[in-house]
Amino acid sequence: MSNWEILWDSRGVFLNGFYTTLQLFGMSAVLAFLAGCGIVFLLEGSRPRLRVPLRIFIDGMRMLPFLILAYLLYYGLPSTGIRLSAWQAGMIALVSYHGAYFAEILRGCRLTLPAGQVEAAIAQGFSMPGMYLRIVLPQLVLSARALIGNQLIILLKDTAFLVIITVRELTAAANSLSSTYFIPMEAFIVVIGFYWLISIGLEQGIKIIGRFGAKRGFNNA
Amino acid sequence: MDSSAWGMLMQGAWTTAWISATSIAIGVVLGLLVALVRLARIPVVHQVLGLYISIARATPLVTLVLFIFLTAPTMGIHLNRNVAGILALTLNTTAFNAEIWRSAFNNFSKEQREAAMAIGMTPWIYFRRIMLPQITITSLPGLVNEMSFLIKGSPAIAVIGIVDLTRVTNRISAVTYDPLPPILAAAVIYMGIISLLVWLQRIAERKANRLAV
Repeated sequence: MSNWEILWDSRGVFLNGFYTTLQLFGMSAVLAFLAGCGIVFLLEGSRPRLRVPLRIFIDGMRMLPFLILAYLLYYGLPSTGIRLSAWQAGMIALVSYHGAYFAEILRGCRLTLPAGQVEAAIAQGFSMPGMYLRIVLPQLVLSARALIGNQLIILLKDTAFLVIITVRELTAAANSLSSTYFIPMEAFIVVIGFYWLISIGLEQGIKIIGRFGAKRGFNNA
Repeated sequence: MDSSAWGMLMQGAWTTAWISATSIAIGVVLGLLVALVRLARIPVVHQVLGLYISIARATPLVTLVLFIFLTAPTMGIHLNRNVAGILALTLNTTAFNAEIWRSAFNNFSKEQREAAMAIGMTPWIYFRRIMLPQITITSLPGLVNEMSFLIKGSPAIAVIGIVDLTRVTNRISAVTYDPLPPILAAAVIYMGIISLLVWLQRIAERKANRLAV
């Protein structure tokens, strides 16, 4: 039996890992994006109350390696009495880490938005949340789409770090298969192929959003 | 934490620092070479390098490190852990650096080349004296940014048993049974290293902007 046949027979392990990775990626991407949007909303207005703590949070996350955050949640928190499963710790780490990055990306875009729009919207009687949801956020997302796409790919790659805190995702699948049957090369080539496929899919998705954005006049992103 | 724990932390920090620095040094130069070769558009080589960059940018560092470390022995190559770690980090960062260099090349003005040719410079002298100094400064902010990404990705080498700044926290807590202080201390050291790079990036950006005006 060739090595590839062994891999085909244990395709269930790969598919499980792939499913876990996709699940982690999908859920954390959505939640982190929402967190980013929420943080930028809290920074809205002339003198937001939470500016200083949010700045500290964003800058702190940006200076930390992702794995250290995962370590902190998985190995560090139990000594304060909070016990999380590997999956929960990984998920919380992904959401809070990438939420900060999304917030930073959107905040950078927010600075380039003309102030007149907000004033006009307020004069028309928009409430703060309504103005943010209908006027500011759509523009931010469309003009920051390339950076958001990059960040999504980084998020995908960060899910692989969770193998170190024992989450059973795609890289863990390859690792366990390669140690069971001693066929590391084939197992890892398959897994790298999977990651590559997701990244290409993401890039294509961003291109499609780009076409939609270009129709609405956001060419300069 | 006592002094021996701090000593272990410092050793971990040193491991992270020298492995990252080696990969950065090799990666910046190799990235420049890859960008130059891609610029020449040699038929098969161009596509192969393009494929390499696409795959390397999509592959998580942890997966790459495991792949290299576990595959090399099956091909009869005996890799030291540190070498495998450096190799993986370098392969990863080279792909990103190559793209940074390439965009700098593409944005470089053609008039300067024409002027240099007109006054009789050879292509090599033109590259060495005119092009390289300028694109080095314009791509420096991007390169330094990639360096801080590399530091943030470097804990991946812990997966093959290198005792870097992240993994050393496990070693310390195995003795003290209290994982929180060493992890927090490691986080502070990482912040120190990365804020140093951010500071360098700010200087690089200021220089690049001055050149652009």
